[in-house]
Amino acid sequence: MSLLEVRDLHVTYAAASSAPVPAVRGVDLTLDVGETLGIAGESGCGKSTMASALLRLLPKDTEVTGEVLLDGEDVFDMRPGRLRAVRWTELAIVFQGALHTLNPVRRVGDQIAEAIRLHSSGNGASPAKRVAELLELVGLPARRASAYPHQLSGGQRQRVLIALAIACEPRMLIADEPTTALDVMVQAQVLRLLADLQRDLGLAIIFITHDLSTLANICRRIAVMYAGRIVEEGPNDRVFAEAAHPYTRALAAAFPVIGDPRFRMNPSGLPGDPPDPRDVPSGCPFHPRCPEAIDICPRTQVELWPAGAGREAACVHVSGSPVAT
Amino acid sequence: MNGSRRPLLEVRDLYVQYPGGRDGPARAVDGVNLDVYEGETLALVGESGCGKTTLARALMGLHRPTSGHIRFRGEPLSYDRDGMREHRRRAQMIFQDPTGALNARQTLYEAVAEGLRVQKVQGNEEGLVAEALSRAGLRPPESFFTRYPYEISGGQRQRVIIAGAMVLNPSLLVADEPVSALDASVRGEILSLMLGLVRQAGITVFVVTHDLGLAWNVADRVAVMYLGRIVEDGPAEQLLTEPRHPYTRALLSVVPETKQMEAQVLRGETPDPTRIPGGCRFHPRCPVVESGEAARLGIEDKCREEDPRFLPACHAVRLASDDEHEAYVHQR
Repeated sequence: MSLLEVRDLHVTYAAASSAPVPAVRGVDLTLDVGETLGIAGESGCGKSTMASALLRLLPKDTEVTGEVLLDGEDVFDMRPGRLRAVRWTELAIVFQGALHTLNPVRRVGDQIAEAIRLHSSGNGASPAKRVAELLELVGLPARRASAYPHQLSGGQRQRVLIALAIACEPRMLIADEPTTALDVMVQAQVLRLLADLQRDLGLAIIFITHDLSTLANICRRIAVMYAGRIVEEGPNDRVFAEAAHPYTRALAAAFPVIGDPRFRMNPSGLPGDPPDPRDVPSGCPFHPRCPEAIDICPRTQVELWPAGAGREAACVHVSGSPVAT
Repeated sequence: MNGSRRPLLEVRDLYVQYPGGRDGPARAVDGVNLDVYEGETLALVGESGCGKTTLARALMGLHRPTSGHIRFRGEPLSYDRDGMREHRRRAQMIFQDPTGALNARQTLYEAVAEGLRVQKVQGNEEGLVAEALSRAGLRPPESFFTRYPYEISGGQRQRVIIAGAMVLNPSLLVADEPVSALDASVRGEILSLMLGLVRQAGITVFVVTHDLGLAWNVADRVAVMYLGRIVEDGPAEQLLTEPRHPYTRALLSVVPETKQMEAQVLRGETPDPTRIPGGCRFHPRCPVVESGEAARLGIEDKCREEDPRFLPACHAVRLASDDEHEAYVHQR
């Protein structure tokens, strides 16, 4: 059994002044123990909505259908108490914007200790000792436990959030744009930390980002989302090096390889903008921007079809597509 | 390669300080010397807090230097009313966030025409606005005249900003992180547009970015800034593939887009511009010092005590190139 299994997840936001907005439109995912999965996509593609849906963190009037199985137990059927426990001890989440997640008037050590007191089974070391261990594990001196959030830099606050997320020894971590607001050097530090934790603690990680280039080094598998669905999935090295979906290809080209003459003085992008979830194009939703679109694309329901060993892509051009091209 | 060309901008011993708190002023720009040549695209790269935006704003006349000066075609910037009005026609700036840069209650036509009116440009205003929008890829331009910023996408907003800048036929375009607020698939189109327009018009571009890949995409020359000072500059191809300063090397090594280098993750954050370390300002984080390499070369004290004055601003690089020079002379 997989650690996490998501089946046909749909999320539709209620909107006051318009029709309901379908943000996630049918996502299937699996994650095994200790595995790393990167989810890449641009703003509005539904990646963060999907992450929040996995832990039922969305507003009450949001319509969510499908199944999210954590060790075989459906998250959507859990009672509130069970769900709260699961959020700390099974599947923790780290969001972007470390500034707003911590309580500004409490010392960071106390915030971590509280989580341990409330949610850990209570055996083992004292909370204070465990706080010190956790801070050192994420690369902060233990004495920083007495600091308030404003006394820490952005990178240090992000480390505290990671310490908080792993405080109750979850087996799985969702990191939603964990390095987006950080500088490149600090970003490299946090990425290295996540990779170390993954290796040392055997954490399974879902890493969500708009920045493809940060995924390549820490995720074994990568899924690319567009307009609320996964359009390509496969092993990380193959997905970037020889993308099967034209959108992945364009996205990869938007992150130039320094030193590669193909990118020199040659910025690459796509015409148009990512689609508005309120108004998703017919057929393959990528067809209006696709350089390889053919006449059947606007009216063909694309699905994830086999696209080589361990790979799938939702494009009529892939080898496993049932549609003649 | 720049020998025959004239500098459009000459920055000399430029210091810009912000009044600070307990620790004294923040030395945002702290002794910068830089030439920007006519028609080139120069990328200024560095981490946040290194002073790159302050330097860009100083080039626009938005900050008055604490000391030092900036010359534009050989003439020092004049900060009086007339001097600034003239400078704001020939030098245009575009910002990171196109939404914040547009007035939400102004139509796109008004947004582009405003510069023409402020500068009292003669001629057919409607024709000029239409041409600028069209060149920025907003076609047919008339269909955008009466629209408001909230009705168009982020990429289109940045196009409107570019149209507003280009309509005045500037000689210099200062672009501060022009695409970092945009989606990845949209960025390339905006950069291509900028590249095309400036080449056509022979405009000089000063682009500020934290993104080294962007520099590889658009820049002729790259200058690297650390804690208020330029530490290395050179032709983009050379600097980005054979960096010499240890800071440039570290910065490039952590960019996932460069595969051939082993990641050299520096510890700590970008230090505080109110407390710039003495000696070489990079020494507390420098891998050459930390690894003991500087001690082996017998320059560790120098790194801690002496501010390197020549580029690349590194005592170890300097020593190596002296050795190379000596070996070369010896061979002859």
